[in-house]
Amino acid sequence: MKTSEKERPLQIAIASGKGGAGKTSVAVALLQANAERTRLVDCDVEEPDCHLFLDAPIVQKKPVTQLIPHILADQCRHCGRCVRACQFNALALAGDSGVMVFTELCHACGACAQICPAGAIEEVSTPVGELIQRQSEKGWELVTGILSVGHAAAPGVISAARRETPVRPVPFTLLDSPPGAACSLVTTLRDCDFALLVAEATPFGLHDLELAMETSKKLDVPCAVVVNRMRPGRTLIQDFCKVQGVPILIEIPEKREIAESIAAGGSLLDAEPDLRNDFRNLLDKCKQMINSSRAAHG
Amino acid sequence: MSTNPRRVAFSATQAGLDASLDPRFGRCSCWVILDLESGAVELLNNTDNKGAEQGAGIQAAQTVLGANVQALVTGHCGPKAFRVLQAAGVAVYCAEEGTVRQAAERLQAGQLPQLSQPDVASHW
Repeated sequence: MKTSEKERPLQIAIASGKGGAGKTSVAVALLQANAERTRLVDCDVEEPDCHLFLDAPIVQKKPVTQLIPHILADQCRHCGRCVRACQFNALALAGDSGVMVFTELCHACGACAQICPAGAIEEVSTPVGELIQRQSEKGWELVTGILSVGHAAAPGVISAARRETPVRPVPFTLLDSPPGAACSLVTTLRDCDFALLVAEATPFGLHDLELAMETSKKLDVPCAVVVNRMRPGRTLIQDFCKVQGVPILIEIPEKREIAESIAAGGSLLDAEPDLRNDFRNLLDKCKQMINSSRAAHG
Repeated sequence: MSTNPRRVAFSATQAGLDASLDPRFGRCSCWVILDLESGAVELLNNTDNKGAEQGAGIQAAQTVLGANVQALVTGHCGPKAFRVLQAAGVAVYCAEEGTVRQAAERLQAGQLPQLSQPDVASHW
């Protein structure tokens, strides 16, 4: 292996447009099967759940802060430019009472402070969430981003979780993505080396896979598909992937035992130990695809 | 209400005095603005804000304030919109059913309850 390949850790997002498609199950199984060479970042900061399946001591907790506007009332001229600049409806100009700030809606974009002609907006560091880092004796590490209840700005917490320094350097960082195809997913996928898109073999699953794949393509992140709850004869995901030219790297069968294991706090691998090898290979296949995609793009 | 409002906004489903009231505030279709003294009627659209990802109530309050009204008649009003309206001194009255014309008559007859606090939670 060349030194350059050793140096840069690869970031692989596990995503799907649909909630409940199996992102966390796949991310946890990937981590367990590759414990010594991976870390996992739970980017589903509105409802992080990887830690429910991964027990390990907490080694660090720290707050995530964002710069939130504070209006200096004696300097504000009530011109309303900040209110019009805010794309998140977090500011209002209430007549003579001046500008009101709705902190919980602020996405910390800084536009209001930039546009204020009177220098009446001060940006104040405000806690909006928390990062929790767990380290297992098996080698793996889990970083959990948590958005405080009542706050709307998930991207800030996701970015902070992604920036967190690894406890020890490993070749792979997995990112358990939030559902949907909006700003939270974009923040998770952006600049990733690869996306594993988990799709349930149902029409709903197919619909949301299309959204996730489109997002991934727009962000220039190469992707492959994991089919979850596969039943013989149900080939709608396969048919779609064939047309798109996107490979399917693994198919997880629909089995009652898997659902029971996960409902009891266990993992996919507890129910299907034979899949452990497949999940080791899965990570290697991702790496091969990253390398060939890089070769193709020069 | 200490002084009688002159210009009043009504959350409505369409333009005109015979439009039905829209029980929502932040995501209502539009507002009918009525000048109680001159009887002049205007339409204030809420088109861009109806589908806002967040903060629809705050933005709606901002829009209504821009129309220079002293009172608002709406079905329900949540906490953030209410804070903005209250800070700006706009009185909020509740009417969920009927037409703008009927609500205006009831307002002038002192029959509409005025809200002293929001009557629904966020994201109602």
